[in-house]
Amino acid sequence: MNTNVSQNAVHTADAEHHNHAEIRTFGFWIYLMSDLVLFSVLFATFAVIGFNSAGGPTGKDLFDLPYLFVETMFLLVSSVAFGLTMIAMHNGKQKQVIIGLIITALLGLGFIGMEIHEFVNMIHDGAGPDRSGFLSAFFTLVGTHGAHVSFGLIWIFTMIGQIAKSGLTEGISSRMMRLSLFWHFLDIVWIGVFSFVYLMHVV
Amino acid sequence: MSQSHNEEMGAGKITTKAYITGFILALLLTIVSFGMVMSHAFSRTTAMAGLFVAAFAQMVVHLHYFLHLDKSSAQRWNVIALLFTALLLFIFVGGTLWVMYTLNSRMM
Repeated sequence: MNTNVSQNAVHTADAEHHNHAEIRTFGFWIYLMSDLVLFSVLFATFAVIGFNSAGGPTGKDLFDLPYLFVETMFLLVSSVAFGLTMIAMHNGKQKQVIIGLIITALLGLGFIGMEIHEFVNMIHDGAGPDRSGFLSAFFTLVGTHGAHVSFGLIWIFTMIGQIAKSGLTEGISSRMMRLSLFWHFLDIVWIGVFSFVYLMHVV
Repeated sequence: MSQSHNEEMGAGKITTKAYITGFILALLLTIVSFGMVMSHAFSRTTAMAGLFVAAFAQMVVHLHYFLHLDKSSAQRWNVIALLFTALLLFIFVGGTLWVMYTLNSRMM
C-alpha cells in the first residue's frame, strides 16, 4: 500500500490509486443519497403530524429564533472552515489541516452544545418527545440530524489523530474527502431543518 | 489558510474564493429566511413560499460552492445520483402528503 505523503492527494503517480479514491468518493456520495432519503421521510412525517400539538406547546411557544440563528451560524461557519481545511490539504499543509479540523470541530461542538441545551430545557419544561405528535416528530428529525453531526465530530477527531500520527497520506486524504462530503451534507440537511421545522412553525 | 489558491482538481475549481462566496450567499439567504419570519412583514403564505425559495436556493449554493457540483463531466454522475434521489424524494414526500391529506375523504 502506497503511503507517500503527497502534495496533491488525488493526483498520485499511481493511476490505480487515483481511481480508488474517486470510486470511494462516489460510493460515499451514493450513501449520502440514501441518507437524504432517510431524512426526507423524517421530514415527511414531520409535515404530516407537525401540527398535532395535542393541546401542548407549539413551535411558537418553544422556538427561540435568535438562538436558532446562532446555532445555524455555528454549523455554516464550520462548513466553511472545513472547506478551507480541504484547500490546505490539497496544498499538503499538514499543520494547517489539523488547525482547520480543530476549528471545524469546535464550531460543531458549539452547535451540538446548543442543541443539547435546547433539548434538555424542552424536556424539562414538559415538552419532550412524548408530549405530542409534533414533538415526537421534532425530536426524531432534529435528533437524528444531531446524531449525524455527533458521529461526524467523532470522525473529525479521528482524522486529527491519524494526520498527527501519519501525515497527509493517500488513504487519509481519501478519507478526508469523504468526511468533507459528509460534513457539507449535514449543513444542507440543516437548511431544511431550520426552514421547515423551526421557521415554518413560527410564521 | 487565507491564500487565494486556484486549483483545478478535475472535479471543479476548489478555491478559497468559492468558499467565501458560498458563505456570503448562504449567510444572506439565511438572513432572508429568518428576516421574513421575524419581521412579521409578510403574510403567512408569502413567508412560507419565501422560506421554500430561500431554502432551495441555499441548498443549491451549498451544492455548488461547497460540494463543487456543476455541469462538468467530472461531476456528471454525482449530479445524476442527486437528481434521481430528488425524484425519489418527490415520490416519498409528495406521495406521503397526498395520501395523508386525502385519507379522510377517501375513507368516507
